[in-house]
Amino acid sequence: MTTSGTPEGPLLRIDAMTKTFGGFVALDSVNVEIRKGERFGLIGPNGSGKTTLVNCISGALRPNKGAVVFAGEDITQVPPNQRSHRGIARSFQIPRPFRSMTVLENLMVALDFAAHRHLLETASHRRDAAMSILTRIGLASRAGMATTALTQVELRKMELARAMATGPKLLISDEAMAGLSTSEVDEVLDLLISLGGEDIAIIMIEHIMQAVMRFSERVMCLDAGKIIAIGAPAEVMSDPRVQEAYLGT
Amino acid sequence: MQRNSIAFWSGAAIFLIAMLLMTQFVTNEYPFFAGYVILQFVVLSVAWTILGGYAGYVNFGTNAFFGVGVYSAVLLIQAFQAPLVVQILVAAAVGGLLGLGIGLLTLRMRGIFFSIATIAVAIIIETAITNWRFVGGAAGIQLQRPPVMQPFDSYVKMLFFVQAFMVVLAVAITRFIQNSRIGRGLQALRDDELAAECMGVPTLRLKLLACVISGALISAGGAPAAMYVQFANPDSAFNLNISVSVLAMSLIGGTAHWIGPVIGAILLGGTQQFLAVTISSEINVLVLGIMLVLFVVAAPKGIIGLVERIRRAGEKA
Repeated sequence: MTTSGTPEGPLLRIDAMTKTFGGFVALDSVNVEIRKGERFGLIGPNGSGKTTLVNCISGALRPNKGAVVFAGEDITQVPPNQRSHRGIARSFQIPRPFRSMTVLENLMVALDFAAHRHLLETASHRRDAAMSILTRIGLASRAGMATTALTQVELRKMELARAMATGPKLLISDEAMAGLSTSEVDEVLDLLISLGGEDIAIIMIEHIMQAVMRFSERVMCLDAGKIIAIGAPAEVMSDPRVQEAYLGT
Repeated sequence: MQRNSIAFWSGAAIFLIAMLLMTQFVTNEYPFFAGYVILQFVVLSVAWTILGGYAGYVNFGTNAFFGVGVYSAVLLIQAFQAPLVVQILVAAAVGGLLGLGIGLLTLRMRGIFFSIATIAVAIIIETAITNWRFVGGAAGIQLQRPPVMQPFDSYVKMLFFVQAFMVVLAVAITRFIQNSRIGRGLQALRDDELAAECMGVPTLRLKLLACVISGALISAGGAPAAMYVQFANPDSAFNLNISVSVLAMSLIGGTAHWIGPVIGAILLGGTQQFLAVTISSEINVLVLGIMLVLFVVAAPKGIIGLVERIRRAGEKA
């Protein structure tokens, strides 16, 4: 697994990453590799560094130390828009739609600036592509609606649709299920599982344990910026340190 | 070409022909004298909207770009007796460079901080010009108009037509931006810069582009002002009223579509000219202020927002 860049190498490698905010250490020398097409669950109590890790992967934040290697290339200094072009897409913990636009237009932004734009030469091709993603996500009937008129679950789905429109190899879902009802959680979870596949790896950050267990091939638990457990879901859940981090002592 | 484009370019051609005919058949100079100012504000407001409206970066330094346009022209006249076309082209280039510089320095700031930075830039440039003897310094400089070119019989009429041409140019460029993916990218970064960046929008590059184009057009629109008044001084070329007027015109017209600043500039510019003749030019700023407050409260999306709302209400009823 040391030869990066070959098809067998990991899709994403986080190398000894440290991120501090003033004196607060949000991430402390984190090392992790994610395979192509893997479904990866990321858990940890509030403030454990999950979103900071996502921000460092997507480029919203630069780490103080360490490297992000994606598809064999060091992208630590690459701005977020170029990371998107290389295949990293994300949703946000608090949805961030383009509020002055309709749902379809939100997706058109991603398609207009996507790296695979040459495959979708005309605006009508891109419109068709956007509609087909919306159909797949189950938002086709909302295409012409303003994002301000969407319900919470629709907004979450719209964010996933928009991320899909960038043509990702890695999709990061940052608490896409927070605040949803049980049936809505199942709905979004089914959607996430269906979006992943041989070509798209998904990192799912979540607090809802049933969802994490059902979704993940591997789970990693962060606490105070450090990895305290990583491995098969059942193993991680039964780890006493994970239980301690979540339930306290 | 799409039907929309055909309509637009025919409209532009008819507008230019009408303006040209007007210069040939109207003998009274006053309409051109007043009309020049209105057209100038159309250019400035439309150009301002690219950065201030589409991208949502409220530029308070319109006067910096305007003054740089004026003084580029003054410098060229003083140094080389350069013709008007050269003055405008050089002013556009200098304005574009200034836009690039300001952009690189300030576009990482958001909201009010960006606006304050643009005011600061205007003050710095004004101070520099005030202390530059060759272009007149603080006292200003008197300028001689060269002989007028055919087919115009007066210099003001010629400047009027030149400014009308620049209106078409500015609107065409702005319209292109609005309809291209640049426009969509700017709109996305105005709504949410981080989300736009994460969707692949090169936000810094787009903002710089908007700043350069907007700056170049504002400076180009300001360049003929030197010859229009045959005098330039830092106080009037860098007057903050220019920034306030342009801001008010764009916001009152509405910044979601290029037609907004056109309507706003014609409406407010026309009112200002009318008030200057009937009451006094001092009252302009007062009227501007009151209208801006009224619109911000009652119709925050400007006239085009208001029309849109009425149209939608009509559809529902």
